[in-house]
Amino acid sequence: MKMRKTLSTSLIAAGLLGGVAADALAQSAEQFIGLPSYRVGAYAAGGSGIYGGWIDYMALINERDGGVGGVKLTWEECETEYNNARGVECYERLKKKGATGNSVFQPLSTGITYSVLDKVAQDKIPMVTIGYGRTDAADGRVFPWVFPMITTYWSQATTMVKYIGSKEGGLDKLKGKKIAYLYHDSAYGKEGIAVLEKQAQKHGFTFVPLAVAHPGNEQQSQWLKIRQEKPDWVILWGWGVMNPTALKAAAKTGFSREKMIGVWWSGAEEDTIPAGDASKGFTTAGFNVAGANYPVIKAIQDVVYKKNKGNMEDKSRVGSVYYNRGVVHGIITVEAIRTAQAKFGKKPLSGEEMRWGFEHLNIDAKRLKELGAEGFMPDLKITCEDHEGSGKVKYQQWDGKQWKVVSDWIDADREMVRPMIEESAAKYAKEKNITPRDCSKEG
Amino acid sequence: MFYREAGQFKTSYAADQQIFPITQDRVGVLLILAFAFLAVPVLFNEYWLKAILIPFLIFSLAALGLNILTGYAGQLSLGSAAFMAVGAFASYNFMLRIDGMPILVAFALGGLSAALVGIAFGLPSLRIKGFYLAVATLAAQFFIVWALTKFEWFSNYSSSGVITAQEIEILGYRFVSPEAKYLLVLAIVVLLALAAKNMVRSSVGRAWMAVRDMDVAAEVIGIRIMHTKLLAFAVSSFYCGVAGALYAFAYIGTVEPEGFNLDLSFKILFMIIIGGVGSIVGAFLGAAFIVLLPIALDVMVQEWLSGFLSPSISSNLQLIVFGGLIIFFLIVEPHGLARLWQIAKEKLRLWPFPH
Repeated sequence: MKMRKTLSTSLIAAGLLGGVAADALAQSAEQFIGLPSYRVGAYAAGGSGIYGGWIDYMALINERDGGVGGVKLTWEECETEYNNARGVECYERLKKKGATGNSVFQPLSTGITYSVLDKVAQDKIPMVTIGYGRTDAADGRVFPWVFPMITTYWSQATTMVKYIGSKEGGLDKLKGKKIAYLYHDSAYGKEGIAVLEKQAQKHGFTFVPLAVAHPGNEQQSQWLKIRQEKPDWVILWGWGVMNPTALKAAAKTGFSREKMIGVWWSGAEEDTIPAGDASKGFTTAGFNVAGANYPVIKAIQDVVYKKNKGNMEDKSRVGSVYYNRGVVHGIITVEAIRTAQAKFGKKPLSGEEMRWGFEHLNIDAKRLKELGAEGFMPDLKITCEDHEGSGKVKYQQWDGKQWKVVSDWIDADREMVRPMIEESAAKYAKEKNITPRDCSKEG
Repeated sequence: MFYREAGQFKTSYAADQQIFPITQDRVGVLLILAFAFLAVPVLFNEYWLKAILIPFLIFSLAALGLNILTGYAGQLSLGSAAFMAVGAFASYNFMLRIDGMPILVAFALGGLSAALVGIAFGLPSLRIKGFYLAVATLAAQFFIVWALTKFEWFSNYSSSGVITAQEIEILGYRFVSPEAKYLLVLAIVVLLALAAKNMVRSSVGRAWMAVRDMDVAAEVIGIRIMHTKLLAFAVSSFYCGVAGALYAFAYIGTVEPEGFNLDLSFKILFMIIIGGVGSIVGAFLGAAFIVLLPIALDVMVQEWLSGFLSPSISSNLQLIVFGGLIIFFLIVEPHGLARLWQIAKEKLRLWPFPH
């Protein structure tokens, strides 16, 4: 007994020390990417899919191209369990690893994003938050180190109104219509309210917000309310178990799923399959699409999975929404490295050089085609002021078996969203005594 | 041999009543404190200070708070994380809305706000006991988090409901470096732990323990039940509130109400169950177990097993091993790690001649 106890304590001590010792191992011609992943807990489906796709894309770049410009990509995972304190620990653990430290931090959790927001600026490590995190960080003058890329919650909300308008036969037809907003009662769920209220004023529809308490498996009263209010459309701003529950409740209430629009965190196979037939016709937003018929996914299957080096245990998930979202993360990270290498040379890059790469990222339609990701993700151009860079969203509909794309890329109402972002960022800058950068002076 | 009290005579009341009556204990604690204050900031790097030691100290403080309530006064609570949230948000608002507010005063006021809220939610304890009280404190957990999200004044109308803690500055010195933050947290935790140790040895603590052991008997011998129970709630919530303020100001920086959810409350409860219910050192041991062990497991798995196991299996393996260790320790010693330490001390007293 005693022996076992000493053994376990010394194991723990050795493990903790091992983490420190590994910092000292410098590697040559390797770009290190720390992955704060989560593969256990309530959100494991999202974490394993996204980090799996991301790792597979980096494996593809290493196997097929020998890395980026001859520099191999290396990575290490750190389990956060979607927990803020664990996320901070992972951030600190990963930040000094590799030859030049961690290149980029992408936690896939809004809570962890907030928890390391101040730290990334001090440590000079760019943080990329695609489709989550702090919306007003899109103002790059106040948040030089944070990149909420492709699109934000506010942009997404405006595309939802546009999509509904297109289904109604024009935005002017929205007048007098009623749109319910069924949201997860948290900071995440409340993100959409302010911008949708403004949209309601602009287009003349009635906006009915309905909060669902976490985790969202109890929605009877909300659907009773929907039955009374008879909205024309329901926006589902859900998360995890709340999504299939809402779809089932809609079927029971007799509300047409064709008239339900989901946020991109409601739009994965993991959200629709549990609800069975009730999901058929449900439409969701996405900044990436599902499907394995894109050249980039085929390349991963040919190069990575043929050699049995793939990250996914369940190979049928390759091409799913979450997996493809991970590939988007991979593409953006790799392209930023490529952009930065063009300026700083083909060597392992520091966090500051990576930040320059992200800030000058320009993935146009031509580049997307070269990458084999045409139609897979929107084109993207980041500037010093604008860390969002695209704002475009596509809509997909669940046909009972898989997601089918039903719209082209829809632009956000940027005239409305951008001033809101700038106002919110200016408030943050004032609170924190930050002087916004002058972008005309940035190289 | 080394841990022997033979020859140590107490010749005055002061000597008899000191916190650590045995010389070896006194020397040991002083050595630990000297190590923590002087050696740790020099020896340990930024990762250790920022990601391991600061959260360990903060969670120890929260566990200490809950231990006062549950361990000493016998009132089961599932609202510790919510009281931490009150402390964090109150300190933030005091700093924000009052010009020139000294940060330490803001921490204290944050703790006092949590104490007031604690008293309010402690009122049901006068009527209900045990598991039923746990359900009542569960209401505190949900209500407080809900209120902090619902009323936007608390987060200064931030669009996503999060607060960003102000910089810590005392007498013109800015606490930015990890060493400075660590020392500040350590100083506060040591002071409050000392205060707790003294409280539980005083008449207040004895009253708490009397109520815990049998409240009817306690009432019969003249202990005011209402006063005692509410005092326990207030002191416990004060500790949790200060821990929450430190969590926001010295550790995370930007916090959201959802960060203080039921999971965190359970975690703090597990800390005192594993560490030892009704023991000051137990709060520290329990926090070390719950905070550090998962990190140690993750590091070990990443270092040694990442090549052999798929990432999903290795992530789940950590949870399995962690759960297994909890069960192992509870079977070996149901009274927690603090009791193991006590047994070790008793054995050491006799060693090497146990007969």
